[in-house]
Amino acid sequence: MGKNTEIKLLGTPPSPFVNRVQFVLNLKSIEYEYIDENLACKSELLLTSNPVYKKVPVLFHGNKPPIPESLIIIEYLDEIYPDIHPILPSDPLGRADNHFWANYIDNKFFALFEELRITPGKEGKEAIKKQIIEGSGLLEETFVKLSNGKTYFGGDNVGYLDVVLGCFLGWTKIFEKLNEFNIFDEVRTPKLLEWTNRIRSHESLKDVIPGSEALMNFYMMVMKHKPPRVA
Amino acid sequence: MGEVKLFRTWSSPYALRIVWALKLKGIVYETIYEDLANKSSLLLEYNPVHKKVPVLLHNGTPICESLVILEYIDETWNTTARFLPEDPLARATARFWAKFNDDRVVTSIFRAYVTQGAEQEEAIGPALENLDIVEKQLIGKNFFSGESFGFLDLVFGWIAKYLGIFEETGGIKLIDEDRFPLILAWKDKFCDIPVIKESWPDQEKLITKFQLMREHFISTAAGSS
Repeated sequence: MGKNTEIKLLGTPPSPFVNRVQFVLNLKSIEYEYIDENLACKSELLLTSNPVYKKVPVLFHGNKPPIPESLIIIEYLDEIYPDIHPILPSDPLGRADNHFWANYIDNKFFALFEELRITPGKEGKEAIKKQIIEGSGLLEETFVKLSNGKTYFGGDNVGYLDVVLGCFLGWTKIFEKLNEFNIFDEVRTPKLLEWTNRIRSHESLKDVIPGSEALMNFYMMVMKHKPPRVA
Repeated sequence: MGEVKLFRTWSSPYALRIVWALKLKGIVYETIYEDLANKSSLLLEYNPVHKKVPVLLHNGTPICESLVILEYIDETWNTTARFLPEDPLARATARFWAKFNDDRVVTSIFRAYVTQGAEQEEAIGPALENLDIVEKQLIGKNFFSGESFGFLDLVFGWIAKYLGIFEETGGIKLIDEDRFPLILAWKDKFCDIPVIKESWPDQEKLITKFQLMREHFISTAAGSS
């Protein structure tokens, strides 16, 4: 696509939702300006461009109204640059499947991680870890079905669910370490485990997700600003 | 275009979105009513993840989640008037407000309806603030989707009936004509649309059902405190 100074992305590096947009912009070879946001002290730009949710990412395209919400941004980019590395499939059923599982990943699977973070006590945490493991089992089945023997959820090429789930993998590693469990493993989720290694080293993603140290620092900041529940 | 079945409950506003969509597109379909207290094996097979309605079955393949189903219907039966606009920015905007409705508007109003006393008083503020935002979406427009009816009207459509039901059973007044003149004007236009008019569940049955639901929530909350 070449030089495009029209697109700006407001974000913060540790956000997996921001990382998704970066991944898609990279896959589509779209140049853009990155604007760093300080979530501890939200900018005027963020508050005016996303007054409803006050969250990153927010995409700015020329003089058009800003677009928040990572899944909505991805679909917008896919619709304005449909010919370069399409992200969603073109058939309605394939699209419905992808939308359904993205909602599951965000509203059910990843929501468990925040629950795990704030739940006090070993027993409480074990119960949530169990749900996360069950979730990873569901995702393994989904991967097997949608990849149909190929490399990615999207088949031969990275697709929507590869972006949606792939950008959480920095955080899954952190949670695995902090909570001493494996979310993806060779026995329960062999295909997904292979996929996690492939996707994390993908050219368009490998420089996007911050390293463990940066993520841990962010985690500590969140723990401080939004402390866990009291036992 | 194949065999279409809709798994729904008689009262669910989410299922109603799909009824409207199917009727507006002139799609012939069979309705299968579910009793959520006694879910059928078919429902559990078609929506194993969430075990919820609505579920659309098209040529034997299930599609779940009302917003996902709406887009699926729009894309599959694409020779008739489209629900979503063509322009990518307009589509992104529509999707954003659909999410806002489902994430914030519904949940905040539901909360005001199922609580009582101090908890209810506390819940009313956020519900009204969200409705203020909804009101603003109608400025300069006939419908949420613009000049004519579309996707966002299917999404916000529950407000035209269920908000009144929640107000009555919850003992709260949210929509007053001074604060929400545009929502009230939209409601009249929306309810005039033939497909909408003919599809509402029975008013009395809805009141009874949501009265019971509120009592259930209140007694459960009391039991656990």
